[in-house]
Amino acid sequence: MSRFPSSQSTSAMAEEPTKVGSAGGGDREGEDEQVVNPWEVTAKDGGKIDYDKLIEKFGCQRLDESFVRRVERLTGRPAHVFLRRGVFFAHRDFNEILDVYERGEKFFLYTGRGPSSEALHLGHLVPFMFTKYLQDAFKVPLVIQLTDDEKCMWKNLTVEESKRLARENAKDIIACGFDITRTFIFSDFSYVGGAFYENMVKVAKCVTFNKVVGIFGFTNEDHIGKISFPPVQDPYFRMTRDVAPRIGYQKPALIESSFFPALQGETGKMSASDPNSAIYVTDSSKDIKNKVNRYAFSGGQDSIENHRKYGANLEVDIPVKYLGFFLEDDAELDHIKKEYGAGRMLTGEIKKRLVEVLSELVERHRKARALVTDEVVDAFMAVRPLPLMFS
Amino acid sequence: MGYTKDELLARLKELQIDFVCYDHPAVLTVEAQAKYVGHLGGALSKNLLLKDKKHRYYVVSALANTNIDLKVLSQRLGLGKGGLRMAAEEALQEILQVPLGCVTPLALINESARDVSLLLDQGFKSQESCYFHPLTNEVTLSISANSLDKFLVSIGRQPSYVDLEANPAVGKDNPPDLASLVPSGIPTLPDKVENAVTSIPTGNDGLTVEKPTKLAGEAKSPAALQKEKLQKVQSSIDPLAEATNIEKLVKEIMNKTSTAFLNEITKDLNDSQIAPSISDVVKRRVSSDLEHMMMSLKNAAYTQGFQAGFQATLRSSLQSLSMQK
Repeated sequence: MSRFPSSQSTSAMAEEPTKVGSAGGGDREGEDEQVVNPWEVTAKDGGKIDYDKLIEKFGCQRLDESFVRRVERLTGRPAHVFLRRGVFFAHRDFNEILDVYERGEKFFLYTGRGPSSEALHLGHLVPFMFTKYLQDAFKVPLVIQLTDDEKCMWKNLTVEESKRLARENAKDIIACGFDITRTFIFSDFSYVGGAFYENMVKVAKCVTFNKVVGIFGFTNEDHIGKISFPPVQDPYFRMTRDVAPRIGYQKPALIESSFFPALQGETGKMSASDPNSAIYVTDSSKDIKNKVNRYAFSGGQDSIENHRKYGANLEVDIPVKYLGFFLEDDAELDHIKKEYGAGRMLTGEIKKRLVEVLSELVERHRKARALVTDEVVDAFMAVRPLPLMFS
Repeated sequence: MGYTKDELLARLKELQIDFVCYDHPAVLTVEAQAKYVGHLGGALSKNLLLKDKKHRYYVVSALANTNIDLKVLSQRLGLGKGGLRMAAEEALQEILQVPLGCVTPLALINESARDVSLLLDQGFKSQESCYFHPLTNEVTLSISANSLDKFLVSIGRQPSYVDLEANPAVGKDNPPDLASLVPSGIPTLPDKVENAVTSIPTGNDGLTVEKPTKLAGEAKSPAALQKEKLQKVQSSIDPLAEATNIEKLVKEIMNKTSTAFLNEITKDLNDSQIAPSISDVVKRRVSSDLEHMMMSLKNAAYTQGFQAGFQATLRSSLQSLSMQK
């Protein structure tokens, strides 16, 4: 049973016509089938998640190779690894965004984070890494919302602590490489008011209590803060898409990413309470080596003879999956999959390569993060003109 | 890459065109140029690079004392009253590939100027020799109008001589007389697209994809093409945007470095095959890290500026406030 990466909440505001958000989706489902709802995802009896069914059920469209090639053509650069390898597998109306872009019209990006804990792990970074790619490739502005108020309500944190966490998380987000000349970050506690609040009210007027209960399953015991602030993305975004035309705006488009697996594999739970379930951005190279070697679920056979004979099971092997996310070189990944799947490469070797890749990534992040001071955060969060945001 | 003066002169020689060159310090204006060559008897030219609202470009080359009225010209071209304006400096570099103050009909030898229209002052025809810059501000080329025509024909152009001072009425019964000189294409700016050949492997979910070939070769819809070029033109207008374009900077740095390395290595190895592929690998590995570092730099520099600006505003506000008391 693998959980979502941290539930990134975004409030359903369409301030400007078109938005693209990053989401991981969910809804209630029958118990004997695969379960996908805002709080958990399970495959049917320990098998694989059936993405095609997900796509069909939620009415998304598949991100196929013709789509990827269209993106490459329009942006004039190779598509991001996540697109090329099907990490991001479905979308809603993203083709419309590409049409908009092709016509020379403008769109902007919108994503967010619910700052509930200080430590971010790689699963948290994935959507931000992709959003950065979108910003660079399409040269569009980005708005990042930090829902410190929401975490204050849902996780029972104090206001001060929520605000502090928001700023700390902002540093990690900025370290992903967002461009200050076209990025605006805000925290709800600091920013809600004015035009933003007007939009909130407009949207709220379009959503009935019954609907909210239906989507999120509130009970009489839940405090009222929760009702005006549902916690999870995809239902929220679908709500936005429903409401937006009613208040005169175009529907935002979405991209769905596949679930980032815990180190222990599909049967493991990635959670903040178990530090060994994920690689954190604060992990040292030693930590990474240790975690990967000891906890990364291997699809290799139990003995070397068997392994040479049957090869590794790439479906469940976590190192191969992680490399799929973070190893840039397509040719090398191909080669590894072939050799490992045929049994010529051993688990130890692939884990070693993964440790290298992850260490490089974490080290680069750490260096970049060290250069994000409080002043840099202040500048990103200042309400200021962004004259070059589309250039 | 744009032609150099020497390449241009070599071409003129090939065409057996007579010309004379005068060297002088770099000049940016006709007045300055006149100081050095004005007494020699030839006709100085003034040259403008103009642009219309649909991003089409025109070189207007005239005798120094011909009056050029852009509004009239605009109407005669069928662009309406205010349809023409001076092109931005960056367009000189990107389309004509000449420095500032160096607009010249000879720049049309460059591929990038393929779609630029040329309007020549008919006054040139009665001059024995005319003065133009041969792609550099430090030289004046003296050439007859006939020779200029020969050159233009050799690069596939029909020379168009126009009475630039004429002001015919343009209206329902009098169509714009210069409408045929409006270009049909839009200038192509230097290809900034990275030519990457990536192979997309067969993923677990069974998607099979062929290798995409060079991105530049893919067929694009006219709308996409136009929009792309528009984008590139627009983004080249703000120098600060150019200076903070990290992707571009990293590419330039990597290219310079790898070229330098390649030169050194091929000198030693005597084998020009190995080195380029090594340099590609090196470029790929270093570029990504370099881009991240540059982004940190950009954000930090912006923050420092922001702080300084904020403090400065605060101080002046406090000062004016205390003075009011």
